[in-house]
Amino acid sequence: MEGAVLKRVPRMADTVIPPRSFQEIILRLQSYWGAQGCAVLQPYDMEVGAGTFHPATTLRALGSKPWAAAYVQPSRRPTDGRYGENPNRLQHYYQYQVLIKPSPPNLQELYLGSLRAIGIDMGLHDIRFVEDDWESPTLGAWGLGWEVWCDGMEVSQFTYFQQVGGHDCRPVSGELTYGLERLAMYVLGIDHVMEMPFNDPASPIPLKYGDIFRQTEQEYSRWNFDQADTGMLFQHFKDAEAECERILAADATDKAGRRIVMAHPAYDQCIKASHLFNLLDARGVISVTERQAYIGRVRALAKKCADAFVTTEAGGAEFGGVAPGGVAA
Amino acid sequence: MPDLLIELFSEEIPARMQGKAAADLKRLVTDGLVEAGLTYASAGAFSTPRRLVLSVEGLTAESKPVREERKGPRTDAPAAALEGFLRSTGLTKEQLEVRDDKKAQVYFAVIEKPGRQAAEIVAEVLEGAVRNFPWPKSMRWGSGSLRWVRPLQSILCLMVDEGGAAVVPLEIDGITAGETTEGHRFMGNGRFAVSSFDDYRAKLWRAKVMLDADERAAHIWQDAVNLAFAAGLEAVEDRGLLAEVAGLVEWPVPLMGRIGEEFLHLPPEVLQTSMKEHQKFFSVKNPKTGRIEGFITVANTETADQGATILKGNQKVLSARLSDARFFWENDLRVAKAGMGDWLRGLEAVTFHNKLGSQAERIGRIAALAREIAPLVGADAGVAEQAARVAKADLRSSMVGEFPELQGLMGMYYATEAGLPEAVAKAARDHYSPLGPTDDVPTDPVSVAVALADKIDTLTGFWAIDEKPTGSKDPFALRRAALGVIRLVLVNGVRGSLLSVFGKGYAGVDAADLLDFFHDRLKVFLKDQGIRHDVIDACLAMPGNDDLTLLVKRAQALQSFLASEDGTNLVQGFKRANNILSQAEAKDGVEYSFGADPKFAEGDGEKALFNALDVAEAAIGPAIRSEDFAAAMGAMAQLRAPIDAFFTAVQVNSDNQVVRRNRLNLLHRIRTVCGGVADLSRLDG
Repeated sequence: MEGAVLKRVPRMADTVIPPRSFQEIILRLQSYWGAQGCAVLQPYDMEVGAGTFHPATTLRALGSKPWAAAYVQPSRRPTDGRYGENPNRLQHYYQYQVLIKPSPPNLQELYLGSLRAIGIDMGLHDIRFVEDDWESPTLGAWGLGWEVWCDGMEVSQFTYFQQVGGHDCRPVSGELTYGLERLAMYVLGIDHVMEMPFNDPASPIPLKYGDIFRQTEQEYSRWNFDQADTGMLFQHFKDAEAECERILAADATDKAGRRIVMAHPAYDQCIKASHLFNLLDARGVISVTERQAYIGRVRALAKKCADAFVTTEAGGAEFGGVAPGGVAA
Repeated sequence: MPDLLIELFSEEIPARMQGKAAADLKRLVTDGLVEAGLTYASAGAFSTPRRLVLSVEGLTAESKPVREERKGPRTDAPAAALEGFLRSTGLTKEQLEVRDDKKAQVYFAVIEKPGRQAAEIVAEVLEGAVRNFPWPKSMRWGSGSLRWVRPLQSILCLMVDEGGAAVVPLEIDGITAGETTEGHRFMGNGRFAVSSFDDYRAKLWRAKVMLDADERAAHIWQDAVNLAFAAGLEAVEDRGLLAEVAGLVEWPVPLMGRIGEEFLHLPPEVLQTSMKEHQKFFSVKNPKTGRIEGFITVANTETADQGATILKGNQKVLSARLSDARFFWENDLRVAKAGMGDWLRGLEAVTFHNKLGSQAERIGRIAALAREIAPLVGADAGVAEQAARVAKADLRSSMVGEFPELQGLMGMYYATEAGLPEAVAKAARDHYSPLGPTDDVPTDPVSVAVALADKIDTLTGFWAIDEKPTGSKDPFALRRAALGVIRLVLVNGVRGSLLSVFGKGYAGVDAADLLDFFHDRLKVFLKDQGIRHDVIDACLAMPGNDDLTLLVKRAQALQSFLASEDGTNLVQGFKRANNILSQAEAKDGVEYSFGADPKFAEGDGEKALFNALDVAEAAIGPAIRSEDFAAAMGAMAQLRAPIDAFFTAVQVNSDNQVVRRNRLNLLHRIRTVCGGVADLSRLDG
């Protein structure tokens, strides 16, 4: 497995033409990690706070099955909204996420290769791995690793997952998370995110990041901070929590006698609850003491989803002769 | 005598763990070698972000054979005893010797352990050390089960003697020890073999790795000083940061940059903290103005453009960070100038402790207490209360949210901006002090009042809900709070009853128990200052022992008085009188405190003692009232000669019971007179 994923690490001497736009950086990462053998997935179609929430990371980090995936994940952090005015804070932004299980022995080298691929010349820049232990209280997950600095700027998180949803990770996954806007602004030499070329500046219709997102940042900032109906959000939180628990409590055998554990639909509800909590937090209606309780409720859901997932085929469970999803004899 | 070289090469080790890890490696390996029967001349440990290294010199080539004899059961002992002996020795019955021993025949086991080759022992010890390494936090990686701080990538383990270097055969979870390593991640040039520690160190240097963390730190600091000096500036020393940065680089390259003009108006502490916490930058100040105007960052690599790109990048990150800091500052100033009301209201929602209510409630209690304490410390009650009400407002400010270590300090800036009196602003800054035993103690009266109220509320509160420190557990740092109170009181000479202050703190507290806790802390504190424990006990036994300043004044006076000749006189005179009196009281079952009458005095010696006591009492009373304990004790010491003369002249235990009782009552008068400063019976010797 390890050999299969890790074919080629570009050497330092490779000369790389500097990218010219945000999308070119994304495309280069896609093609780089694709060339390393990762399945290049598409974003998850739900509101999440970070790329880690994508089931391709959270759930697939569990169990014994090898895995290698890379994808862009649009992420939302309502409290970070600044009406599009702050040069580098956004309530909606993109993360690039790589998850490889088991973590290959040359993951650091592979990662450095990805930086070279987007035009960072190690002969001119100062790349550092600085201690940063990662923990997600809402996912019941933690790992050890670093934040990666380029000339003093954090450009990625690099984590060896030790636990997810309360389960020990065996084998251990290596996770890479790139904050795309910040990284791209640095590579492209842009000071304000809204000024960053999204497509090639020489295109017939050149578009800047602000052409696409300035207005939405304003609209969502207003909604997130002032307008979101908190009564409705509280209700939706309860609904998502109840549905998640109901789905997981349902009999694993369906009406036709097939064994189908609904780990993913349940996890969708967990993701929803998590995002609803973030919205409520941005509205400032969750007190300090309640905060911990809400985080605990989301974590309880994440744990139950993880418990369910490891009983499925993708979660590495063994089924003596019975094909999962098939009719039990 | 071979040398041993070990390198454990891994992905980046957190800077804060490197120093201890190198020491642990040295301890674990050298202890293991010695335990296995080897000796060595010297050992040195080193660390870089990617390696732990141990060099052992003058190791013995093999351990000495060991011959051990063990006495077993008698030959006529039950079979089970013999079986047990065989199991414990690992021998068979045929291998045992039978010897005569005191009229019986006894089995003896002779166990011979042959000497072992050093390499074999090294392999065993190193594997044990790696598998049981005391990392504060460790992890697994890939499909393996080995734990290390970050993935362990290679092991170099060499024995070097006159014949050359040999790899110690060793394999841990698929990692086979070898003779190669690699240099700097970006400036090195692949793996290379080494043949000795000197060779290793020299080749690492060529591959752009400085092995010794102290050397890296010295290099960083020297360059930093020179860079700053060349620009007419001065690098601000920070040893903790220097050690950390030395653990982030294998080849340090300090670079200096300037802080943008638009940020220079921020408080210097904000600039310094932001640069240090986020960027690990050293601050550079202008010695003429004292302002922080530049920074030094330490890169890990040399570049073709002499670091220009790196510096530009760092500068950009710093500008973004400082923009944030400026944003916080400006936002905070708006709230501060409006009187900080938003923050104070916000503290209502912050729980201090679930049984002790919100921060706002706590502040209310502290304010009331500060008002009570104010007169004791010479502060205006109104100002003290006002200061207590705003001292913690900055906890809700954006700046303190970002940099909690700036609490108090920002409070001072914001209180000033709110137009509050200087004493109030100072109290906001200083009321957490003193934190450590060597911290400066506030002396401004309003600061003292709020600092005392803050700590006493904490103590009475946790006492009331029975969350006292036990053994090594002190989660709310109550010992530190009590020591803080003690130092505040003593440094400022605060006079007053702690018990009455406790009574005004959190309701429902066992004040006597809390006072005992204070006395325990005070004993520790005074012992550190060289005050004898029996002197402290003698003073603690006096009334008013909840006035710590008085208590310590007494103890200091007694301690220094005891060191003088008069001190000896006082103690001897007192003890002589007191011993005889105590024996008589014990025997008779009464206390002779009825007062002695001079009319029963027989002879000059006894009369002289009455007179001496009259003289002494006349001097002692006013001296004690004015707390001139030295003068009081001086007067007491004058009694020794009359006491001695008295004992020479008369028998206390006269046949005449009236005379006897009168003499015992006279001794009681001595006891009372001499006990005016301290309970001398508690003194040793």
